[in-house]
Amino acid sequence: MIYVHRAIQDIKRNRFLHAVTIITITLSILIVSVFGLFWINVNSLMDTWKQGIRIIVYLRDNTSENEAKAAKNRIMEINGIQEVVFIPKNDALNRLKKQMSRQASLFENLRENPLPDAFDVRLELSAQEWKTIETIASKLSSLPSVASVEYGQKWLGRFMSIFNLFRLTGLAMCCVFFMASVFIVANTIRLLFYSRHEEFDIMRLVGATDSFIKTPFYIIGLIQGAIGGGVGVLILYILYTAIVSNVEQGFASYNFSIRFLSFKASMLIILCSMSAGWLGCYLSFKQYLDK
Amino acid sequence: MTANSSENTIIRMFHVYKRYGAYAAISDVTLDITKNEFLLVSGPSGAGKSTLLKLLYFGEPVSEGQILVDGMNTSRISRKGIPFLRRMFGIIFQDYKLIPTKTVFENVALVLEVAGNKRSYINKKVNSVLRTVGIENKMNSYPPSLSGGEQQRVAVARAVVGDPKIILADEPTGSLDSESANVIMNLLKGFHIRGATVIVATHDKELIRNTNGRVIYLREGHLQHPSSTSPAMTL
Ligand SMILES: Nc1ncnc2c1ncn2[C@@H]1O[C@H](COP(=O)(O)OP(=O)(O)OP(=O)(O)O)[C@@H](O)[C@H]1O
Ligand SMILES: [Mg+2]
Repeated sequence: MIYVHRAIQDIKRNRFLHAVTIITITLSILIVSVFGLFWINVNSLMDTWKQGIRIIVYLRDNTSENEAKAAKNRIMEINGIQEVVFIPKNDALNRLKKQMSRQASLFENLRENPLPDAFDVRLELSAQEWKTIETIASKLSSLPSVASVEYGQKWLGRFMSIFNLFRLTGLAMCCVFFMASVFIVANTIRLLFYSRHEEFDIMRLVGATDSFIKTPFYIIGLIQGAIGGGVGVLILYILYTAIVSNVEQGFASYNFSIRFLSFKASMLIILCSMSAGWLGCYLSFKQYLDK
Repeated sequence: MTANSSENTIIRMFHVYKRYGAYAAISDVTLDITKNEFLLVSGPSGAGKSTLLKLLYFGEPVSEGQILVDGMNTSRISRKGIPFLRRMFGIIFQDYKLIPTKTVFENVALVLEVAGNKRSYINKKVNSVLRTVGIENKMNSYPPSLSGGEQQRVAVARAVVGDPKIILADEPTGSLDSESANVIMNLLKGFHIRGATVIVATHDKELIRNTNGRVIYLREGHLQHPSSTSPAMTL
């Protein structure tokens, strides 16, 4: 308890130095958690997209009913298929007409149905990994009497690989900013320690142990980390509410809402920030003070 | 040494050397100090008086030889053990070594905080010690605003507040007028009467003449013999 008291007194005495340190930590945490937030949301956005993934299998023009049935059976045998619905070309045309009722004139001159018969293939949840979708799609297109296979979110694959790259960069950035926090704390502690080394020499002479002298600095490191992390997450939350209220409508049609970090994730960030403070203190002592 | 005499010995120095480079500040000093002794370490400036005291509380390691403090061999003590060795001593430094950014009260209280005492005990004890040395009215002042004599009293208060077995005083009257010097010496004598072993380093002949106690002489790091009987006139 006396250590906490001493730590707080020290922070009061060196307000400016501590403020600068805490602001730096706050910014680092903010940047890292913006990344985290972005990541979480892109991830869940992709999940919602993937849930809607259906593969449409178009059959060749002259496919007979029996051939279609056979194809359906073959499709059902593939792993990861949940449901296969046959869409006769007439149904498809009617649906199209309904959707485009305003442009009905387009269909007036239609003598023949230009649409092929098709299957609407839905995937099991477990099959909604990107790789699986691709394999299933290629299996489908190799079936006899299948003309072509389409899954609307083809570009999702490309996006996915970009996103993976982005995730790596994000992780690297997190490391960089963690290190930055560690070093800024280490530097602060070193400055504090040097500015008061005479005092500590005297304390040693009257019987102070190393831990008596150092413990308040560890507490300072933890406090700096906690405040920096807490304020960082708080600012992020404020930014989040501001942005969400402006942008939410745009996403409404996708049945998707921007999420904030979970309580656990926020706590984890603050904990990381505190451990950065502790580590900074530790390194500072390791490097400069333990001869 | 007989068993009896070693029981009463609180400090034993055995062929101790302290070298700074080639220069020996302490040279082959063998010395026993008994419990509750009042010892005056005398000698000209640069003779090694401060160095001798420093070796006792492990302010610096010895270069050669052994020092036993209350049975503990200071050269075998671990880094962790040093603070506990130091808590046996109350030290009045030649340059006071008060912390300028802490109040008088805080400076004195530090000794007890360091040893892990309770807040309530610390408050009571520090107040009483400050009263004993007569500086209680300045307890919220900072050392730089005090006179030399007042700072010296604070240094005394800090040295005795932890009830140490041994009080080391390095020129406790160095820069003081004779009246202030008397106050300080009377305080030290008081703690001696209450059972502490007191070791005072000084080159003040007046002080030596007015104090009952064994006097030893250092000259260029050597102990001058015989140590227990010589008159105080070889300075
Ligand atoms: N850290 C050090 N490095 C080098 N030499 C030192 C050191 N400390 C003391 N000395 C030398 O050791 C000798 C004894 O010093 P010390 O301070 O013990 O003398 P002293 O008897 O206390 O003198 P004074 O009466 O002036 O206080 C001096 O010559 C001094 O220069
Ligand atoms: Mg000296």
